[in-house]
Amino acid sequence: MADKPIIAVLLERLPERCVLHDAEDLRPYECDGLSAYRSMPLAVVIPENVEQARLALQLCAQHAVPVVARGAGTGLSGGALPLADGISLSMARFNRILDIDVANRVARVQPGVTNLSISTAAEPHGLYYAPDPSSQIACSIGGNVAENAGGVHCLKYGLTTHNIQALEILTMDGEHMTIGSAALDAPGFDLLALLTGSEGLLGVITEVTVKLLPRPETAQVVLAAFASVDAAGAAVTAVIASGIIPAGLELLDRPAIHAVEQFIDAGYPADATAILLCELDGSSVDVGVQIEHVNRVFRDAGATELKVSQNEAERQRFWAGRKSAFPAMGRLSPDYYCMDGTIPRKHLARVLNRIETLSDEYGLPICNVFHAGDGNLHPLILYDANRPGELERAEELGGLILETCVAVGGTITGEHGVGMEKINQMCVQFNTAELEQFHRVKDAFDPAGLLNPGKAIPTLHRCAEFGAMHVHEGQLPHPELERF
Amino acid sequence: MDEIQDFQQKVRDAAASGTTLSIRGNATRAFIGRAATGEPLSVAGYRGIIDYSPSELVISVRAGTRLADVEDALARENQMLAFEPPAFGPTATLGGTVAAGLSGPRRPWSGAVRDFVLGINCINGQGDYLRFGGQVMKNVAGYDLSRTLTGSLGTLAILLDIHLKVLPRPETELTLRQACSEADAIERCNRWSGRPVPLTAACYSDDHLVVRLSGTERGVEDAAGKLGGERFPADTPFWQELKEHTLPFFSGDRPLWRLSLPPATAPLVLGGTQLVDWGGAQRWLRSELPADRLRDSVAAAGGHATLFRGGDRSADVFHPLAPAVLALHRRLKSAFDPHAVLNPGRMYAGL
Ligand SMILES: Cc1cc2nc3c(=O)[nH]c(=O)nc-3n(C[C@H](O)[C@H](O)[C@H](O)COP(=O)(O)OP(=O)(O)OC[C@H]3O[C@@H](n4cnc5c(N)ncnc54)[C@H](O)[C@@H]3O)c2cc1C
Repeated sequence: MADKPIIAVLLERLPERCVLHDAEDLRPYECDGLSAYRSMPLAVVIPENVEQARLALQLCAQHAVPVVARGAGTGLSGGALPLADGISLSMARFNRILDIDVANRVARVQPGVTNLSISTAAEPHGLYYAPDPSSQIACSIGGNVAENAGGVHCLKYGLTTHNIQALEILTMDGEHMTIGSAALDAPGFDLLALLTGSEGLLGVITEVTVKLLPRPETAQVVLAAFASVDAAGAAVTAVIASGIIPAGLELLDRPAIHAVEQFIDAGYPADATAILLCELDGSSVDVGVQIEHVNRVFRDAGATELKVSQNEAERQRFWAGRKSAFPAMGRLSPDYYCMDGTIPRKHLARVLNRIETLSDEYGLPICNVFHAGDGNLHPLILYDANRPGELERAEELGGLILETCVAVGGTITGEHGVGMEKINQMCVQFNTAELEQFHRVKDAFDPAGLLNPGKAIPTLHRCAEFGAMHVHEGQLPHPELERF
Repeated sequence: MDEIQDFQQKVRDAAASGTTLSIRGNATRAFIGRAATGEPLSVAGYRGIIDYSPSELVISVRAGTRLADVEDALARENQMLAFEPPAFGPTATLGGTVAAGLSGPRRPWSGAVRDFVLGINCINGQGDYLRFGGQVMKNVAGYDLSRTLTGSLGTLAILLDIHLKVLPRPETELTLRQACSEADAIERCNRWSGRPVPLTAACYSDDHLVVRLSGTERGVEDAAGKLGGERFPADTPFWQELKEHTLPFFSGDRPLWRLSLPPATAPLVLGGTQLVDWGGAQRWLRSELPADRLRDSVAAAGGHATLFRGGDRSADVFHPLAPAVLALHRRLKSAFDPHAVLNPGRMYAGL
C-alpha cells in the first residue's frame, strides 16, 4: 500500500507509529456505529500532539487528499465513515484531561477523552459534566462536540452546545485557533455554536473547555405505566405544562418494555403498553415537593401504576432498563436501525401511530425508546441484514419516518447527526438556497472541501438525483391528500 | 407583494446599487456596537406572535414584536424568557434583542440568548429567505446557523421569524444582601455556584453582595437559611434596575465598559469604578482608561472588554480578534453577505 504517494509522504514526515496503512490495521476503522456502511481509508493517522495533527492536515491539503476526523467511532450516522480516497485522522491519543478549574467550574480536556471520564475526574469536587449520551463510557468529547450530542438529562441541562465554553481547532490548512473563551462569551460571531454539531466539516477539534455543574444533592425517578402510548404522550405534555422541567423524561413502548424485561429485571410492569421514566433532581426539599406534584399529574393523566424509586439502587434499576434497551434489542433481532427524528411534543401520539402503521406495512417490527420530554424519537427498526433486501427496506422505512417528522414541523435528526445516513433527507428539510448557504459556510472554513466531504450537507446535484420533495414548514404539496 | 418579499427586494436592490442598509427595530440598541451607517431599514413593522403553545415551551415571534409584548404573553402563562434580556426602553423589539445577544442577571445559571434560540428565518445579504433550526428542542440537521446569527448585530442576515425556548417561572424568588468585600463576594458566588444552591443572580455593588434564589418555596427558604443575609421585599426593583442599567452606577457620561471574565477572577484593579454582576463573570467599569491598556489587563485575566456605552464609537468597540479568527470572520461575512450590504462595520471595521 505504501506506494500511494500520500502514505509515503505521511510516513516520511510522521513517526511510523502514527500512520497505519496495512489492510489489517485499517479494518477496525472501516465503519462507525452505523456498521451497515463500510469503507476502507487509504491510511489512518493517529497524531499524538497538535503539531503532528497540523502536519498531517497540511500534507493532505497539499496533496488534495480528504480527511475524516475520528473520535471513538460510536457515531450513528456514518459521520466518521472513512473515505476510500482519504485519510482518517484518529484523535484517540488526545486522551488527557488537562485541567479541572474548580473555582471557575470548567475542565480543559483533549478531544479524545471519553464523556464519562470528565465527570469521573470532576467527581471529587462535587462537579460533573451534564450531557450524558447513552454511549458515554465510550464516545469522545470531540465527537460529542462534532455531533452536538445529547442524553437523558438534556431536557433540563441542555445539549453539548449549552455545556461547552471554548474549543481549540485546526482548520484544513493547519491554522490553529481558539473559539469561545475562558469567560462566558467571546467577541465576534458565535463560532462556538457554529462548530458544535458541524460533524467534522469545518475544523478538527484539538481541545475542549467544558462547563461543570454541581452534582445535584439528590435524584429520584417516578416510573409511570399507561394503557396506551397516546395516554403516555399526553402525560408528557401535562408534566411540562404544569411548570416542571424534569431532569429526564423517557418513554418506552410495549415492544421495548418486553425486550428489556427479557434482558434484565428492571421492575417494569409487564402489562403496560407504555411507561414513562421521570427523573427529578435538586435539593432533597425540592425533589420531595416535585415528586408529589408529578405523581399527581400522572395520576390525573390516567397512569395505571406509579412507582417512586426509594433509594439509589432502585433508581439505578429503573434506569438500567432504559439503558439496556439497545443491547436487549440486539438479542431479539440480528440487526436494528436506530432513527433520531425530533418533533413538537404535541404530535407525539400522531407520529407514533404513523410509525406503527409503517411498521405493519413494511413487515418490520419497530420499538420505541426515546427522549419524550424533548420530543426526540428513537424508533428502532428490527431487521435481518442476511435476508436479501431487508436492509434496503429498513432504510426506506426509516426515511419515511424522518419525512413524517419533517411534515409535522420537526427535524430529521435530534442528536445523531446527518453524516452519510440522512444525507438524502437533508434535501427534504432544506431548500436550494439554504443548502447553498451551508456550502458557503463550509467554504469559509475549508475552501478546498477536504474535511469530511460528502457528509452532512448534500450537494444540489445529489438532491436533484434523490428527487426530494422539499417540505416547506410542514406543508406538503397537495395537503388534501391523506399521508398518515 | 408580502412583507418578506418586500425585504428581499430591498436587500437585492441595495446589493445591485452598491448601497448599504442599517437594519433596525426601534433603535433601543442603537448605542451598541460601532456607529451605524447606511440606509435605515426598519423591521419594526414586521410584528406579532406567530405561535405560542405553553406546553411545548416554544414561542415563535416576528422580529419587530416588542419584547414587552412577548414577556406579557409569557407571563400570562406563568412562563418567561430565562435569559432575562435587558430592554433598554419600552419599545425594544425581539429582533434587536436576539441580534444584540445581550442577556440579563440570570445568564450564568440559566443560559444566554443563544442557548434559547431554536430557530431563525432570515434574509441574507443576497436577499435569499432562509430557515435554520425550527421549533423543536433538539435539531442537528445542518450547521447551527440560528445560534450563529444570534448576537451577530445584523451583520450576517436580517432576522425575521424567531423561535425561542421558554421556561416556567420559578414558584418563588428571594433576594438577600450581605455586607462583604469584593474579593469575598466573588469567592462566595463561585463557591455557591459549585454547589446545589438555587442561585439565579449575584451582583456586588456598594460594598454588598446581593443574590437571588429561585425555586420551590421550601427549597428557597431552606437555602436562604443556610446562606443568611438581609432579605429584600419580594417586589424589589433591584434586578430590574441592574438589568436595565438604571441603578445610579450607570448614570452619567463616563464611558461604560463591559468586562467578560472567568467568574472567579480576583478583583481587577483598573482605573475607575466597578460593579460586579453574574457572580464575577460580567463586570461593569466606568473609566476613561485608554482602550489598549484596559484590554491588555482584561485579556491577561482570560477575558475580553467591550466599550458598551459612550467613548469613541468609530474605533474598535468590541475586543479585537486574533488575526486568524478575524480572517475567518471576514470569510463568513462574505458567505452570508457577499456585497457587504447588511450593517457593514457595525461589529468590526471592514466586516
Ligand atoms: C449504543 C449507543 C448509544 C448512543 N447514545 C447516544 C445518545 O444518547 N445521545 C447522542 O447524542 N448520541 C448517542 N450515540 C451516538 C454517538 O455516541 C455520539 O454521536 C457521539 O457524540 C459520537 O462520538 P465519537 O467520539 O464516537 O465520534 P465519532 O463517531 O468518531 O465521530 C462522529 C463525528 O464527529 C467527527 N469528529 C470526531 N472527533 C472529532 C474531532 N476531534 N474534531 C472534529 N470532528 C470530530 C467525526 O468526523 C464524525 O463526523 C450513541 C451511540 C451508540 C453506539
